[in-house]
Amino acid sequence: MAAILLSLYWSFLKVGLFTIGGGYAMIPLMEAEVITVHGWLSASEFLDIIAVAEMTPGPISINAATFIGYIMGGLAGSLIATLGVITPSLVLLLLLSRILIKIIQNPGAQNFINGLRSALVALILLASFTLGQTAIIDIPTTLIFAALLIASLLRQVSPLYFIAAGAIFGLLLFPY
Amino acid sequence: MSFHHTKEQNSESLWSILLTFLKVGAFTFGGGYAILPVIQQEVVERKKWVSQKEFADILIVTQGLPGQLALNSAIQIGIRLRGIPGGLIGALGVTAPSVIILLSIAAYFYPLLRDNDYVQAIFYGLRPAVVALIAAAAVKMGRDILKGWIGIILCVALLVLAIITQIHPILVLLVGGTAGLVVCRGRCW
Repeated sequence: MAAILLSLYWSFLKVGLFTIGGGYAMIPLMEAEVITVHGWLSASEFLDIIAVAEMTPGPISINAATFIGYIMGGLAGSLIATLGVITPSLVLLLLLSRILIKIIQNPGAQNFINGLRSALVALILLASFTLGQTAIIDIPTTLIFAALLIASLLRQVSPLYFIAAGAIFGLLLFPY
Repeated sequence: MSFHHTKEQNSESLWSILLTFLKVGAFTFGGGYAILPVIQQEVVERKKWVSQKEFADILIVTQGLPGQLALNSAIQIGIRLRGIPGGLIGALGVTAPSVIILLSIAAYFYPLLRDNDYVQAIFYGLRPAVVALIAAAAVKMGRDILKGWIGIILCVALLVLAIITQIHPILVLLVGGTAGLVVCRGRCW
């Protein structure tokens, strides 16, 4: 149990430390740690948890960390995973914020962050392909994916509508 | 009231910082960029804890440093109001609702509902919806970030690198950052 708690903390610490810009930036990291490195969840279980994290209030990666932590280590696991994902923010902002504010305004640091964000675009795109293989499995799921992707690129809509649309289409189109 | 801005800031209670961020954490859906306008409304417009300009500065740090957007903003606003205890309370406020809500779902509702046919059907539709959200996030982020050729070439090269080598995403991020630092010198983005 202590071993699993330790690896939960360490994994989610890495997710928190390398999520720059928030939101979906954490998806490739969490996917790598939870599915590829540790094999804690299957890709479809991971997607289910991201869906739940999206439809509940609060930051998505904190929601996902609490859920995954609970599955792997009960109450202690959920608290440890959540603590892991927020530790980098706490340490960096509470202890080092003055130095870091100076550093991130430096042009070199800006180039580093921009290079990192270019990498992030590649990684999030790749994550959508790998996760898509378990989610887009037949004609109805292909239609749901295509319709929502096009809609989200054409209009600025809250993710909550996409979640609601996915749930309704799922209920209508599922091969019961 | 605004004449006594500094005084007010210093006397802001930890309790009211906690309540404000509990409210943000408990009632804002959609994560990240959906939460920021709500925080802005609470702390700039309603509570007048920070000015519009201070909030803009907070956002620059929020987006440049690791971590969740809502969490990073809450910690910084807490620090401005009451130092390190304020920062910790801000973090607690924005995190606690997530933990309580997700714990109750993971421990109680999910095992109860998981095998239900209708819940299966809902997740069957939710999975491609989530993938669409992730793909859309990549496209939108690309539109914002990849403005010059060097950025686009770097992104494609890193995509190829990630597919071929299957290295950990952290390494891909570090390679990208280092490439940005070495190649660009202020001309790329």
